[in-house]
Amino acid sequence: MTMPSPMALAVYSVVILLIMAISALVFKSRQGFLVNAVFAFSSLACVMALTAGFQAVSNGAVETLILPIGLPDLPFYLRIDALSGFFIAIIGLLGLFVSIYSLGYVRGFVGQRSITSLAVFYPLFMAGMILVVISDDAYFFMIAWELMAVSSFFLVCFEDESGANRRAAFIYLLIAHIGAVMILLSFGLMAGFASGFENFKGYTFSAMRGAHISPGWASAAFLLAFFGFAAKAGVVPLHVWLPEAHPAAPSNVSALMSGVMLKTALYGIIRLTFDILTVSQWWWGGIVLVLGLISAVTGILYAIMQVDLKRALAYSSVENVGIILISIGLSMIFTAHKMHELASLALIAGLYHSLNHAMFKGLLFMGAGAILHATHERNMERMGGLIHKLPWTATLFLIGCLSISAMPPFNGFVSEWLTFQAFLLSPALPNPILKLLFPLGAALLALTAALSARCFVKVYSVTFLGRWRGEHPCAAREVNWPMKAGMCLCAASCLLLGVFPTAVIGWADMAPLILIGAKISVSAKTFGWLWLTPVSSVRASYSAPVIFIGITAVVAAAYAVFHSRRSSKTALTRAPVWGCGFEKLTNRMQYNSTSFAMPLRRIFGFLMMIKESVTPQDANAHGAFQRKFVYRLMINDRVWYLLYKPFSKAAFWCARKAGFMQHGRIQIYLLYSFITLIVLLVFA
Amino acid sequence: MTTNLAAQINGVLAALILLTAFGLLAQRRIYGMLHLFALQGLFLSVSTAIVGYTAGLHHLYVSAVLTLILKVFVLPYILYALVHKLHIRKEVEDLVNIPTTMLIGIALVIFSYHLTAPVRELSTLITKSTLAVALSTVMLGFLVMITRKKAVTQIIGFLALENGLFFAATSATYGMPLVVELGVALDILIAAFIFGLFFFQIRTTFDSLDLKEMEKLKEED
Repeated sequence: MTMPSPMALAVYSVVILLIMAISALVFKSRQGFLVNAVFAFSSLACVMALTAGFQAVSNGAVETLILPIGLPDLPFYLRIDALSGFFIAIIGLLGLFVSIYSLGYVRGFVGQRSITSLAVFYPLFMAGMILVVISDDAYFFMIAWELMAVSSFFLVCFEDESGANRRAAFIYLLIAHIGAVMILLSFGLMAGFASGFENFKGYTFSAMRGAHISPGWASAAFLLAFFGFAAKAGVVPLHVWLPEAHPAAPSNVSALMSGVMLKTALYGIIRLTFDILTVSQWWWGGIVLVLGLISAVTGILYAIMQVDLKRALAYSSVENVGIILISIGLSMIFTAHKMHELASLALIAGLYHSLNHAMFKGLLFMGAGAILHATHERNMERMGGLIHKLPWTATLFLIGCLSISAMPPFNGFVSEWLTFQAFLLSPALPNPILKLLFPLGAALLALTAALSARCFVKVYSVTFLGRWRGEHPCAAREVNWPMKAGMCLCAASCLLLGVFPTAVIGWADMAPLILIGAKISVSAKTFGWLWLTPVSSVRASYSAPVIFIGITAVVAAAYAVFHSRRSSKTALTRAPVWGCGFEKLTNRMQYNSTSFAMPLRRIFGFLMMIKESVTPQDANAHGAFQRKFVYRLMINDRVWYLLYKPFSKAAFWCARKAGFMQHGRIQIYLLYSFITLIVLLVFA
Repeated sequence: MTTNLAAQINGVLAALILLTAFGLLAQRRIYGMLHLFALQGLFLSVSTAIVGYTAGLHHLYVSAVLTLILKVFVLPYILYALVHKLHIRKEVEDLVNIPTTMLIGIALVIFSYHLTAPVRELSTLITKSTLAVALSTVMLGFLVMITRKKAVTQIIGFLALENGLFFAATSATYGMPLVVELGVALDILIAAFIFGLFFFQIRTTFDSLDLKEMEKLKEED
């Protein structure tokens, strides 16, 4: 039996997902069965998608398919090449882990609320994402894009009884649609140039590739598409929906939205700039790079300030999207200067980081879901000491934290290191201004990496270490096995992707080869699979396996030393945490999330809107003899007040002014249209 | 039948359609309005058939038959049944008094003739002189909708407006393509059903079909 082609596999997986969405409606009365069926079959579909993506990248062939559905004369075009294959592989891989995890996670909702909407929209959401990356015409792309946006909207407002969730979902839908309109306009521009504004034949990507667009209009199309996709990817300043929507969604959905959905937007940017428009101006890359840097730094700073675990993770997604955009921007600048090797190095760094971010952010969101599942708590200020109650989750979450903080031997390190290599090679650029500005960017990236480590030290220590801070005693129990399995698989891939970077680069190298026309796996593998040497061994090299073995050996030795001498005087003794020999300590006296973030709040406070107040509870007593003080801290996004509030205020003002035309009498409204008709007839 | 004769007959039918349009403006009873509307549909159907015969366009026969079935029998019947079911006994109430409405109507007809004069100069179709009538029918339908208070009369006005559009299509370009006409016919039919539903909904909400009640829906400042 021969293996079906990647295209066939991808189409089958979409078909399975669509069938699941429909049958979820049929079997909605049997909720327990629904959970098992939908997520088991989604896992199957994800395995197929993963295989399709893996094959498509490794054999590097381009496969197309024309579906004779849609409007008459406008069939749907599908296409899988190495780039779409890479993103299908990401979708399939994380989708598989999250689907397994959901088998356990969603079961927790059964009996509490109807899970039908989750079971319908989850497969639709997955199908939408796969279709986005395999569509090959603007029309089908927009349909898939909307399918993805709308189904994720319904997933975000799954727990719709809370007003905050509904508001979050609305903001998400609004910004997603503003983005979609911009993407549509960009496609319209390119399709118009492709067909000479004569007919609709320019709607396929292949027609757009052949179009001759003047540089000015190409820049307009690029800017529209970039900001449209940036709205979906959560690039500052279009990120405001992200920290609202991700905490509101159920955790398995947040894992997918953050791990994969943001990547489809990045796919859009890469597809459009490298493949369809082909980079011609270096300042395009400059814009991408600058916005990436801004997103990375502000994203992680806001992440540190959060006390809500999922909000912190959401802001950290902003940061990671920023890092990926930095690589994409660098790659665009190198491509515009015809430095293809460096361009493909930067692109590989970006793609690799997309894959890695999907893994570790998926793992972290699943871990946050496990904590939520066990403690029904999202606020880190009321957690602590969970490592004793949730040993599995704690270990797996730690792996996620290490990966995202770019600690070797985990995967986050490799991709960020590659990004740095691309940055450090920029002095080869012929442009003197860029040469001067690039070190600044590299410094900002370094700052981001350090801050992100700090952020996750805080998240992990406040959540899992110390003592429980909640009011009631902690009743958390370890999560069920499908959730553990999903997280374990994710953690394992974090480690494997970190330990075998040469294999991953050798596999993914096809994507830059077809987009830029150069690959780095030759130079990257000069010293065999053990050593990763992206440019040359003289400049930089990294051997993940050696470091992994080294770290394992040191840890094993330390463990052996401490645990073999149990009887001697240096043996470990267990004592109350944070005991310090002082008896009057309460759990509330621990170092907590807010206090951990305080130094950075002082340094970078100017970037945020901070309202801080300390009020004595008893106004009559002297300040020195207060029994209690009330401390309030509000940290708001400055972007929200600078960019969004004026818009919404202006919209309401206009609506009020226009309100006087509204009488509620249908005859008056008809008269308006009648007068309009007469005026048009007279003057037209 | 010579072309000239056909044009003459068509002219007479156009005049009758215009007459029924004015009739709708002047009529005070709902049942009377329904009869007038059915009559207008009949004239429209005959006119379409004649145009189809003289121009040798057979798809116009289909349009004519559709018009006959829908606008002469089905829609008036649906509206009749609705009026009967909802016990609408009252006379038609209007906002502007009838003589004034008629004067406005005459002004609109003159305006339409003035507007279509350049088309009449250029067109070679036998129906060229009826375009002005078609346009006035549209505007008179609109006028019915604006000047009447009750929801049912609004619907009749809307359907009369649609008649005018159909007539305009026949007189300006010998009708729209069949696909479009089929679609429009289906739309009208569905619209009638939706209107029916809305009537019941409006009545259960406001205990009346007077559109004045809908002013309550306005947002308070």
